[in-house]
Amino acid sequence: MSILDFLNFYLIPGVVLGSIYALGAVGITLIFAILRYAHLAHGDLATLGAFLAFAVVTGFGLSPLAALPIAMILTAGVAVGIDKVFYEHLRERPKIVTVMASLGIALMVRSVVQVVWGVDAESYVRGIVRPENYFGLRIKDREIYTVVFMLALVGGLQLFLARSKWGKAMRAMSDNPNLALLSGIDNKKVVILTWVIAGGLCAASGVFLGINTELKSMMGWHMLLPMFAGAILGGVGRVEGAVLGGLIVGIAEELSVLVLPSEYKAAMAFAILLFMLLVRPTGLLRGKVL
Amino acid sequence: MELIGLANYALFMGIFIGIYALLALGLNIQWGFAGLFNAGIAGFFAVGAYTSAILTSPYAEGRLGGFELPFYVGWIGAMIAAALIAWPIGKICLRFRSDYLAIASIGVAEIIRLVIKSEAELTNSARGITNIPRPYGDLPYVQSQMAYLAIVAIVLLVAYLMVERQFNAPWGRMMRAIRDNELAARAMGKNVEYRRLEAFIFGSALMGLGGALFAHFNRSITPEAIDPMVATFLVWIMLILGGSGNNRGAILGAAVVWTIWSVSEIATDQLPQEYAVKAKYIRLFLIGLMLQLVLRFRPEGLLPEPLRGDLRSDDVSSEK
Repeated sequence: MSILDFLNFYLIPGVVLGSIYALGAVGITLIFAILRYAHLAHGDLATLGAFLAFAVVTGFGLSPLAALPIAMILTAGVAVGIDKVFYEHLRERPKIVTVMASLGIALMVRSVVQVVWGVDAESYVRGIVRPENYFGLRIKDREIYTVVFMLALVGGLQLFLARSKWGKAMRAMSDNPNLALLSGIDNKKVVILTWVIAGGLCAASGVFLGINTELKSMMGWHMLLPMFAGAILGGVGRVEGAVLGGLIVGIAEELSVLVLPSEYKAAMAFAILLFMLLVRPTGLLRGKVL
Repeated sequence: MELIGLANYALFMGIFIGIYALLALGLNIQWGFAGLFNAGIAGFFAVGAYTSAILTSPYAEGRLGGFELPFYVGWIGAMIAAALIAWPIGKICLRFRSDYLAIASIGVAEIIRLVIKSEAELTNSARGITNIPRPYGDLPYVQSQMAYLAIVAIVLLVAYLMVERQFNAPWGRMMRAIRDNELAARAMGKNVEYRRLEAFIFGSALMGLGGALFAHFNRSITPEAIDPMVATFLVWIMLILGGSGNNRGAILGAAVVWTIWSVSEIATDQLPQEYAVKAKYIRLFLIGLMLQLVLRFRPEGLLPEPLRGDLRSDDVSSEK
């Protein structure tokens, strides 16, 4: 196998898939660090975002990329609503109860998608897209968009967390919630902000998965494990870690085809997850362990 | 005629309630006893079902099998296999908060599903394993159903008595102490990880047994026999609605939820085709909503966990 084949068939698809996982993993890592539970409905929220964009694409004839911001805003709204209605009253109970509630939410969100849009595979645009040739590297336009958008979104988020007042409040909640509350940070606003960011990124990951493959009602659920693996691999609470983790999981899944039967691609994320928990639960970039 | 059909249906439902009650009991050991979140119930169920199927079914071309062992060997094998899967997962994840176990158990169920689908020499992939012997399966239909219901009931009763005994034994008290205040239990010198591992393995073994009972009841097992997410979720809602930490609650929850689930399926199957498909997903939505409502308004379930020791005497004195 030549180096070019390796790049074309394994590395580039891996980076694209990894960017999609990274968008979800960032949301998971934020929720894990700030609200302190594993959010199991994250994948299905991504499915919802992808299908909301699909509704915009078919309803108004926009391109999927133009529909992306609308889907992100709508999904962020849904995420905040779910938190208000279903998670907020569980805040004083053990965190694991919220994890259970989120499993129920996953089922509910998915069944809404299945009732409204059915269970058949859909796609944003019909027809086959031919990859462009860059010095022997065969890359599709949409693959470039995916990676560029991911980097832009995460870069913007990093800037927000590092510079803005509310970004600092979010980091303070993540580092030490009691101290943050004592210093007068409004917990409720931080929670809402977390859900807006996580919901928006979640929708972006769903839309980009839909752009690069197709839309299915189970697409998000199957992303859940790789997204968690990415978040834990990078270190819980570390945004740049989640990006790194997501990319590694995506590339590892594509590379796994070289040694494993392709049916077991999905097992790669699980193997990474268990391996990290075994040898370095803080993740590559020293996140927290709850 | 109508009556016989109804009686047959009741038998059928009774067997299913028994099987699900076993799963709910297993989950009660994990969640009710030890506070462990297992989201991969369907995985352990499938391991049990396939293990017992392979051990007891007659020889078939192209896959492992032909041992034709008696059914009880298969059932014990199912429990051992499910426990063996649970051991490494518990070993790795139980050092951390239960969130990690939740994610890992979703992963286990997913991997098990993949293995079942793709390892044809083990599981005959999509066609599944057929001709699984059923105890008293040679009798006429109704008698054989009744005999199987009796067997399920006996297995359930034995499991219930054993779990209940453990609940009230010092072991159960220790488990509740770990669940309610891990730090204090650790300070008392309890080996928290090891005890949790015990609870996780015992619970998983019961789930494996439930799977084996299911496979022998159907006489066959295929990858599509159960929907992993639905099965897992049904068991959770059974336990939470019935009352986690209460074994009778788990069994009651299994009966209530399965009755609602299967009667609503009959009702929606009467609808025209295009609505019937949608109705399936609406039922799923409602079962998810039911969990949210129970968590919000009656988190202790229909039969709350019995108060023990000091709490009980406090309760009595405050009533006076």
